[in-house]
Amino acid sequence: MSVDKATVARIAHLARIGVNEDELEPLAAELSGILNWIEQLNEVDTDAVPPMASVHDEALRWRADVINDGGKQADIVANAPDGRDGFFAVPKVIE
Amino acid sequence: MNNYVEGATGPWEVVIGLEVHAQVISQSKLFSGAATAFGAEANSQVSLVDAGLPGMLPVINEMAVEQAVRSGLGLNAKINNYSVFDRKNYFYADLPQGYQISQYLQPIVGEGIVSVDLADGSSRDIGVERLHLEQDAGKSIHDRHPTKTYVDLNRSGVALMEIVSKPDMRSAEEAGAYVRKVRAILRYLGTCDGNMEEGSMRADVNVSVRRPGDDLGTRAEIKNVNSIRFMQQAIAYETTRQIDILEEGGSIDQETRLFDAQTGTTRPMRSKEEAHDYRYFPDPDLLPLEFSHEFVDRIRATLPELPDTKKQRYMDELGLSAHDAGVLVSERDTAAFYEQVATGRDAKVAANWVQGEFFAQLSKLERDIADSPVSAGQLGGLIDLIADNTISGKIAKDVLEIMFESGQDAAAIVEEKGLKQVSDSGAIEGEIDTIIAANPDKVAEFQSGKEKMIGWFVGQVMQATKGKANPQLVNQLLRDKLKP
Amino acid sequence: MPEHTALTELGIAEARDLLAKGDLSSRELTQSHVDAMAEAGALNAMVTETPEIALAMAEASDNRRGKGGAGALEGIPLAIKDLFCTTDVLTTAGSHILDGFTPPYESTVTANLWQAGAVMLGKTNMDEFAMGSSNETSYHGPVQNPWRRQGDNRALVPGGSSGGSATAVAGRFAMGATATDTGGSIRQPAAFTGTVGCKPTYGRCSRWGVVAFASSLDQAGPITRDVRDNAIMLGAMAGYDAKDSTSANQAVPDFEAALTGDVRGLKIGVPKEYVLDGMPGEIEILWQQGIGWLREAGAEIIDISLPHTKYALPAYYIVAPAEASSNLARYDGVRFGLREDGGDLTEMYKNTRAAGFGAEVRRRVLIGTYVLSAGYYDAYYLKAQKVRRLIAQDFRDVYQTVDAILTPSAPSAAFAQGDKSDDPIAMYLNDVFTVPANLAGLPGISVPAGLSDEGLPLGLQVLAPAFDEETMFRVAGVLEAAAAFNAAPEQWWRTAP
Ligand SMILES: [Mg+2]
Ligand SMILES: [Zn+2]
Repeated sequence: MSVDKATVARIAHLARIGVNEDELEPLAAELSGILNWIEQLNEVDTDAVPPMASVHDEALRWRADVINDGGKQADIVANAPDGRDGFFAVPKVIE
Repeated sequence: MNNYVEGATGPWEVVIGLEVHAQVISQSKLFSGAATAFGAEANSQVSLVDAGLPGMLPVINEMAVEQAVRSGLGLNAKINNYSVFDRKNYFYADLPQGYQISQYLQPIVGEGIVSVDLADGSSRDIGVERLHLEQDAGKSIHDRHPTKTYVDLNRSGVALMEIVSKPDMRSAEEAGAYVRKVRAILRYLGTCDGNMEEGSMRADVNVSVRRPGDDLGTRAEIKNVNSIRFMQQAIAYETTRQIDILEEGGSIDQETRLFDAQTGTTRPMRSKEEAHDYRYFPDPDLLPLEFSHEFVDRIRATLPELPDTKKQRYMDELGLSAHDAGVLVSERDTAAFYEQVATGRDAKVAANWVQGEFFAQLSKLERDIADSPVSAGQLGGLIDLIADNTISGKIAKDVLEIMFESGQDAAAIVEEKGLKQVSDSGAIEGEIDTIIAANPDKVAEFQSGKEKMIGWFVGQVMQATKGKANPQLVNQLLRDKLKP
Repeated sequence: MPEHTALTELGIAEARDLLAKGDLSSRELTQSHVDAMAEAGALNAMVTETPEIALAMAEASDNRRGKGGAGALEGIPLAIKDLFCTTDVLTTAGSHILDGFTPPYESTVTANLWQAGAVMLGKTNMDEFAMGSSNETSYHGPVQNPWRRQGDNRALVPGGSSGGSATAVAGRFAMGATATDTGGSIRQPAAFTGTVGCKPTYGRCSRWGVVAFASSLDQAGPITRDVRDNAIMLGAMAGYDAKDSTSANQAVPDFEAALTGDVRGLKIGVPKEYVLDGMPGEIEILWQQGIGWLREAGAEIIDISLPHTKYALPAYYIVAPAEASSNLARYDGVRFGLREDGGDLTEMYKNTRAAGFGAEVRRRVLIGTYVLSAGYYDAYYLKAQKVRRLIAQDFRDVYQTVDAILTPSAPSAAFAQGDKSDDPIAMYLNDVFTVPANLAGLPGISVPAGLSDEGLPLGLQVLAPAFDEETMFRVAGVLEAAAAFNAAPEQWWRTAP
C-alpha cells in the first residue's frame, strides 16, 4: 500500500501534527516505503489465529472503591504552560 | 397506532435512538482513586492518572464493574463475563490522555429490554443494544475569559455507563418515557442518581425521519442533552427540520448537532465538524475484564424489587389499577413513600391520597418527594384520622394543606383548630330542625320525589357546622327527618 | 581507601562488599562517579546531572549504614534513563515536547532503587521517546559511544534507545543504569558498548511512572558492567506494583543466587532463523563460539526453529507505532511541557506537536495513526496482532524442549553516527534479534562476548521462558565467564582535571 500526499495530510491532521505542504511528498514516500516493507506480513496465513493484544495472562485486577487520591491541585497544574486560578487555559474553544 | 408526522407531501415517521450516559454511583473514579463528588474546587479531585501525566496507568474500580453488572441485570440484559477496554482516540481540551477509555467491540453488557408506559395507557418495549463502561471527560468553561477556555478535570475519569438503545422510539413522548424509565431503574438499583442538572445523566439523541416502511434515514446526533424536556424539544425541532429539508428535495447530513436551550433549536457543532476516525484499539494498559457467573449471581441476589415487578404486585396484591400502580412505581422514592403510607392502612385509600392531594401539594411547592415537608408517617396519620371518623375527607384536604405549610402532624392541627368532626347526633339534629323549619318549600320538593335535594340539605348542615359534622351521620339524620 | 580513579573501576558487587566492610563510603564512591560524569561531557550521555542530589543521597546512605541499615544497593551511584519520572528532577524522554517537565512523582522502579539505598547521579540521554536504535533521535543531541574503531576516531553510536545509560556504564561514570526495552533498547546498546543489559519478563518491573512508548512491549531493566551486578540491580528494580494493571503478581527471586556457574544438563536452543543473509561473518563466528562455550560447560545444544521470526520486525513496526500514536496523544501543550501558540486549539495542538516531536517520532506517530485508522485496522493492526500470537506460540513450542535460547544480540557492531539515519528500515533491522522477545514478553539478556575485527564489542543474547530470569542469568553468567571479556574503551573523552 502506498500512501499519497492527501493521505499523509489526513493522518497528520488526525494526529494533530502540523506538516508543511512541502513535507507531504517526502513523507508520503517515506511512509510508503515502511508500509511496503511491513506488508510482507501478508505472506503469513492468520485466518485461524486470534489476535493477541497482550502477553500478560493474569486476570485484570480490581481496585477497591476508596478515595485515596486527588486533593493536589497544585501538583496537577504545576507544569501547565498556561495555568490560571487552578485551571488549565487553552485558546478559546467555540462549540 | 402510529405516530406519523404529516408533512406537506405525506406522512413521515421519526426514528429515535438514544445513548444515555449515566454516571456510576461510586466513591472514586473508574481508573483512579480521586473522588467523584459534584461541585468541588477546580482540579481538586484529580489524580495524576486523570490528568494524563506521563507514565500514569489506569487500575479499574471494582465498584464500577459491579454497578455496570447490576444495571445490566436491571435492564434485563445479557451480562458479558468477558469484555475489553478500548481507547477511543481524539483530541480535545478536556480529554487529557488524548483518548477516552471505553468499550467498543466487547462491552460488559449486551442486549436488553426496557418496557415503557405511554400516556394513552399502552406500553412498549424498547430494545437496549448494549451498556458499556467508559471514562467521563473533564469540563471546558468558556465564559471565564474573553479569549481562553478554562479546563477543569474534576470529572475526568469519572465512571460512566453508556446505555445505547436500539432505534426503537417513534416519538418524543416515547423517548421521554424511555429516559424516565431507564432513570427510574438505575435509581431503584442505586447505580446512578439520575440527576440531570448536575450532569450525572445526559443523552445523545439520534434522530432521523423516513417514509413509513422505508429503510432508516440519515441521522443527526444531538449531543449531551441534559433534560428530558430539552430532549423532547430537540426531537421536535429536528423532526421538522429534517422533514422540511427532505420535502424540499434536499438531503440530511450525518452530523453532530448541539441543542440550544435558549432558542429550542439545534445547530451543527463547530468543534466536531470534521469526520471522526476514533482509531479504537484495545487499551494495552489494561487486560480484558473477566468475572465469574457466581459474581453475577451474587449481584443478582441483592437486586431490589424493580418497577415492573412492583407495579404488577401493586395490581395483584393491593388491587390498584394499572394506572395508579404505574404512577406510584415510576420513581423509587415515590414507591417507598407510598409503601410506608400504605402499611397497615387501606392500600387504595393510601394510593389515592399519595397521588392525589399529596402530589398536588408537592408540585405546588415544586418539591421532590425526597424533600417533602410532609413525611409518609405524617400522611399516614392524616389518613388514620379519616378512617376513625375524627375528620372528614374534605376537612382532611385542608389539614394536609396546613401540614405542608407548617410541617405539623395532622392530629395537632385538628386539635389546635378544633376541626374534629361532630358526631354528636343531638347537636346535628338541632341544626337540621332549624333548617327544615326555615325551608318548607325545599322540604316539599324533596318529599315530592326530588331525591337530589338531599345534597342541598347536607350542604346547609355542613355550612352551619363549619364542615365539622360527620357527613354520613348528617345524611342519615336528614333522611329520617325528611320522611313524609 | 582505594585510589580515586580506581573507584570508578569497581563493579556493584565489589563496591557493595567494600562498603559493607567499612573500607569505602558511599560519599567517596559517589564523588568519584560525579567527577567522572563531569568529565564525560563529550559523550553527551547525560541530559541532567544531579551531583547535589547524588552527594546528599550518598551522605544519607552512609548515615543509614552507620545505623545498621543497608539495602541491596546501599550507597551505589546509578544513572537513570530520562524516561523514568523522578520527583522534581527534569524528565524529558529525550524530547523537546517535555521541555521543563518536572514530575511531582517518582516512578515505581526508581522509588524501588532508592528504597534499596541507591544514589542518583542524573538522567541519561536517550532516543526521543525511546524510538531509535542509535541514540541519534534525542532532542538533546546524539550520544557518543565510548568505544572507537581501532585507528579511527569517528564517532560511533552507542545503540539505542538506552544509549546514554549504556554509555554511562561503559564510560565508567555510573555503576549501573536503568534502561527500558521496547524492541531491543536495552540489549542492543549493551551489545554496542560492551556492557550487560537485561530486559526481564513483561510485567516484572512496574511501568508506573515510566513515560510510555508502546505499553504492551515496554519493559524496564538494568545495564551494568557484569552479569552479577545486573542480577543484583534487577532484583532491586523488580516487583509487583498494584498501580500497574500489567504488573505481574509474582515473587521476585534472588537473581544473584541463580548465578551458580553450572549449566550442566541445560538444553540450549539455537534457532536457525537467526542466521541472516548478509550477516557479518564475525557475528556468526561469535555465535558459534558461544555455542561452543556452553557445550563445553556441559549444556546440551539443540537446533530449534522459530518459524515466524522473520515477521517479528514488521509486526513490531505496526504494534509499537500504533500504541505510541495513542500514548503520545497526551503531549498536547495543555497540561505540561512545550506549548507553541496557535490561533485556535487545533492549531495550538498542531504547532506544539510539530515543534515538539522529532522526525522519527513524527514518522512513527503517523504510521501508528495510519494503521489504526478506518479501513486499515484489519489489514495492519489486527494482522500484526495475529502474527504476534504466532511468534509467541513459536517460543512456547520450543520452550517445551529447551531451557534457554542463544542468539547474537545485534546483527552488527556499533556503526558510525549518520550511517543509517537516512534509511529507517536499515535502522529498524538493528533490532531483528531483540524484537521477538518483546512481542512474546520474554526475558533476554545481552552479554559482551568478544570484539569485532575493528575492535568493537559484540554481544550474545540469552533468552529464557517467561519469569525464568534465573535460568537466563545462570546461562549468561557461564557465557560471561567463558568469554572473559575484559576489554574497555580508552577514556579519550576525559578532560584533564
Ligand atoms: Mg456515544
Ligand atoms: Zn459515551
